[in-house]
Formats: sequence, C-alpha cells, structure tokens
Amino acid sequence: MQQPAVSVHGLVKRYGEFEAVRGIDLEIASGEVFGFLGPNGAGKSTTINMLCTLLTPTAGAAEVAGHDVVSERDVVRRNIGLVFQDTTLDTYMTAERNLRLHAELYGVPRDTFDDRMHQVLEMVGLWDRRASKVSTYSGGMKRRLEIARGLLHSPRVLFLDEPTVGLDPQTRSSIWGYIAELRKAEDITIFMTTHYMDEAEFCDRIAIMDHGRIIALDTPEALKASVGEDRVQIRTDDDSAAIIALEQQFGIDAAMAEGAVTFRVARGEQFVPRLFGEFPLAIRSVNVARPSLDDVFMSYTGSTIRDAEAGATDRIRHSAQIFGRGR
Amino acid sequence: MTTAPIVRVQVPPRTAVGELRAIKIVWEREVVRFASDRLRMVTSLFQPLLFLFVLGTGLSRIASAGTGGLNLRTFLYPGILAMAVMFTAMFSAASIVWDREFGFLREMLVAPIRRSSIVLGKCLGGATVATFQGVLVICLAGLVGVPYAPTLIIEVFAMQTLLAYTLTAFGVMVAARIRQIQSFMALTQMLIMPLFFVSGAMFPVTGLPLWLTVLNRIDPLTYAVDPIRRVVFSHLTLTSAVRHRLDPGVTWAGWHVPPLMCAAVVAVLGLAMTAVAVVEFSRSD
Repeated sequence: MQQPAVSVHGLVKRYGEFEAVRGIDLEIASGEVFGFLGPNGAGKSTTINMLCTLLTPTAGAAEVAGHDVVSERDVVRRNIGLVFQDTTLDTYMTAERNLRLHAELYGVPRDTFDDRMHQVLEMVGLWDRRASKVSTYSGGMKRRLEIARGLLHSPRVLFLDEPTVGLDPQTRSSIWGYIAELRKAEDITIFMTTHYMDEAEFCDRIAIMDHGRIIALDTPEALKASVGEDRVQIRTDDDSAAIIALEQQFGIDAAMAEGAVTFRVARGEQFVPRLFGEFPLAIRSVNVARPSLDDVFMSYTGSTIRDAEAGATDRIRHSAQIFGRGR
Repeated sequence: MTTAPIVRVQVPPRTAVGELRAIKIVWEREVVRFASDRLRMVTSLFQPLLFLFVLGTGLSRIASAGTGGLNLRTFLYPGILAMAVMFTAMFSAASIVWDREFGFLREMLVAPIRRSSIVLGKCLGGATVATFQGVLVICLAGLVGVPYAPTLIIEVFAMQTLLAYTLTAFGVMVAARIRQIQSFMALTQMLIMPLFFVSGAMFPVTGLPLWLTVLNRIDPLTYAVDPIRRVVFSHLTLTSAVRHRLDPGVTWAGWHVPPLMCAAVVAVLGLAMTAVAVVEFSRSD
C-alpha cells in the first residue's frame, strides 16, 4: 500500500474571528482524481493554498506527497504542480521560454528538459505553437499551457484550482479531455476545486465543502445514491387524473412541476416498464433523471449552489468590512 | 497521444547550484525583456539628454561666469549619468509590481527556491540593464568635453555599475510592498526628482544652506555623483580655484570623504536595501 498523496488532519485557517476553514480531515490515495466542490467562498481555495504551502494553517496538519506542508515546505513544492485560477504566465514570452523558466526555477535537469517539454506540450496540443508569444493565445490555450507547465517537473500531485473557470463550454470539455489523457499517461494524483457540479462527475471522489467544512465525501455515484430516488416526469392528456391514478395504483405521491407530472421513485429505469404495463392512461412522454450533484448539494446544505454562492459573497463582503481589506 | 515512454523528471534537492540557476534565469528574463523593448531604451535616455543638452546649453549662457570658463554641460555630466542610471533602475524594479499585477510573480514565489534568489536575480537584472544605459551615456562623454581616457572610463563605469545595483535594490525594496503599477510609478516619480536635485548633480555641494546640506548628505545619490565628478574633473585642465569651487567634494563635519568611502556608502546601502527586500518578500504570501 502506497502512502497517501495528501493527508489532512484538523486543518483550520482563521482570519481574525472569521474561520475560513473550520477543521477538515481527508486522505487522498495516490493516483486518485479528487474534487473539491462547493460555492465560491466555501473555503476551497483557502484549503488548496494551505496544501500548496502558500498559506500557513492556523491549526492542524497536512502532508502532501508524504511531507509536512509547513516544516518541509520546499520538498512539498518540488513535488507539486500548480494551476491557479488566474493565469501566472509571462505573456510577453513564448510558451517555450515560459516552460524553460519554470524548469530553471524548479531545477529540472537540463538533459531531460527538451524531451519532457516536448511531451507535456504534445499532451496539451500546443507543440506546434511553442514558439508563439503567450499573448497570442486564447484563454483555453493559456490554461492548457499552464497545465503543461504544472506537469513539467513531474510532480506527484497536481493542484488545479478551478481549472475551467471563465472558459466556454467547448473549451471546458476539451480541458477535461486533456486531464483524462493525463491520468492515463502519468502516474499522478490530481486535486482540483470546482464549483461546476457537472465537472465534479469526472472525479473519483468528491468532497463537498460549505462554510469551511466538508459536509460530504464519497464517490459521485455514492453521493448521488445517498440522495436517493430518481426523478420521473410523465406527460399525459389528463394530468390530474394521472396524479390520482399514481396515488391509487402505486401509492406514489406525485405533483405538477415544470408542466409535467413529477414524482420520485427508487430505480426509475425499472419502474418505467411497470408503469407502461399497468397505467390506465395514455402516456405521451416520460423522462427519468438520476439525482445530480446539484441535488446532492441541495440535500446536504438545503440550498442550491447558486443561492449558497450569493450568501457566501455576502459573508465575505461582511468579513472584509470587519477585518479591513483581506490582502 | 504518442506512445513514447513517459519522461520522468527527477527534481534534485535544493542546492547552491539550483539557486544559482534560479538567479540566472530571473536575471536573464529582465535582460531579454529590456533588449526586446527598444522604446524603453530610448525613453529612459530622453530625459537625461534633455537635461544635459537643452538645460545645459541654455543655462550655460547665464552660468559661464560661475563656471570659470568650464562648459556647464561638462559640469552636469556626472549627474546626468547618475540620472540615466536611476531612471532605468527604477523602471526595471517596476517589473516586480507589473509581475505581481499580472500574476507572474506567483509563479516565482511558489517555486522551491529561496526568496533571496528571486530578489537577487531581479536586482542584478535591473542593474545590468541600468549599467547598459549608463554605458550609452559614457559613450556620449566626448560631446560634452569629457575626454575618453581609459582610466576615466573604467572608474566611471565601475561607479555607475555600483550605483545601478543600489538603485535597483532600492526600487525592488519599494516595489515589494506595492500592488499596483500606477502607485509605484507615482511614488518613484515623487522620489526621483528630489533625489536628483538634492544630490548635487546640478550644483557644487559646499556653501549650501544648512537644510540643503543636511538633505544632500543623506541623499544616496550624492555619494555616486561626487566620485564620478572627481574622476571626470581629474582629467580636465582647470585652474585650482575653479576646481575647488566646482568640485569641492563631499564633507562630513569638515572631513573630506574619499571616493572609495563614497563608493562604500553606496555599496553598503545597496546591500542593506537588498536585505530589506528579501525580508519583505519572505513575508509576502
């Protein structure tokens, strides 16, 4: 059994009286793709910054690649790759020069640099554009270059803070394609944050964070299963009769939602054939939906991620007023 | 995807060689960036040359009695050289604020290297660029009656190199705390002119009112302008009265500060400001 790539015990970060991270524990296995999910202001970035040695924890401990993030800061830094929300490229230089600068800062041996650069640029599809200035790149290309740069020194853990934020849907999915490739090609653990629920599905395991705490941690499937039943919507010619029929024949409590008769059942895909066989009315259309991570978030926090985000923004603004400009 | 085997990089533990590589690449970036920016080369020379040729020529008509026949431009030359170095050094230091604003500084701050390596690379890079700018001014010496004597060139070059480093360190120290390029520009604009005027770049430093004498003696630029002027004047043929009036030399309570001592003052200031900058950078993030 390999040692965990990341292990965190009772991690706390406090700014004055505001607790951004309120004691979290987690363990991430080597080779895992781990997602941190939650609204803006939930404490995801604060946590990732502590794991990347950019912030000193107020309490608790964390090890990354087997090294303490406070006492062995430099060893941790050599073993991690970072892709931040905001670009940290020198846009006046070419992609190649950006990578060379990174290699020099990280002490990548010169004899392996050329091969490695070729490989990471090939992986993100930028090899042909290596001699172009980064200022000529699109947003998606810059992000890909940053991923390539984060991988250049063969880190054991790659941290991606909101890797797809601000990108159009097509570019987002292409970034996910590259990350999937990366998993196959490299022996690496990926730790990422996102507030896009649909993206969290790409992860092996997800921690849902809200108000500085991890409120749920499991595989996407298990989290969705924990919310329970599938949502079934049917359209009929006589909706009120349909609701009564569902009640009488199946003991199901249905209601109108989004212009359709809506109800929840376990194993919706098995229920539908039964419904067609036994239902007295004609069904014009049917739709079975698995619980989404949005439903998961909703069931754990009682609010949608969008509402939680609005609330968190208020909280941040409020604490910023109290503690002055937060750096 | 290619099916070639993965090239795994083994990053070695931190060594002095690793730090030197980091310093060198930070330095190289500054130099490459300056070299690709022709406009900056021209603009940072423009003001000093304006002072030297326009102000120097214009004022020489009313100042000829005071200079005992010496061309005013020759007198101004050491100060103008210091000014050119100062402008370039300060603008080089501005790149730190720029990098912070555009995010690139973070790439350097998260690397497994000492903060002092980043600061040193930046200071040396800025110093190199400012020295280059100073060399351009040295090339113009003949136009204002300063002879191209090898010893003069070597000594002036050495002094302006030292000054270039110290001023860049000063700029880096200031830049460490500032997060917006506009604030940095406003602040340096506010600092550059007083430092220049008080330094004695435009007038002899004896017989001044007490307040100005005090300001002059605490201005770091004074200790660069004075030795350069002494080197230049030692290669001119002047009557001793004129020499004494125009190049009296800096004094501390009546004691003539020797040129090497002046250079030491500049060097110590440079090292002290580098140290402060390192401390400031170690605290940030």
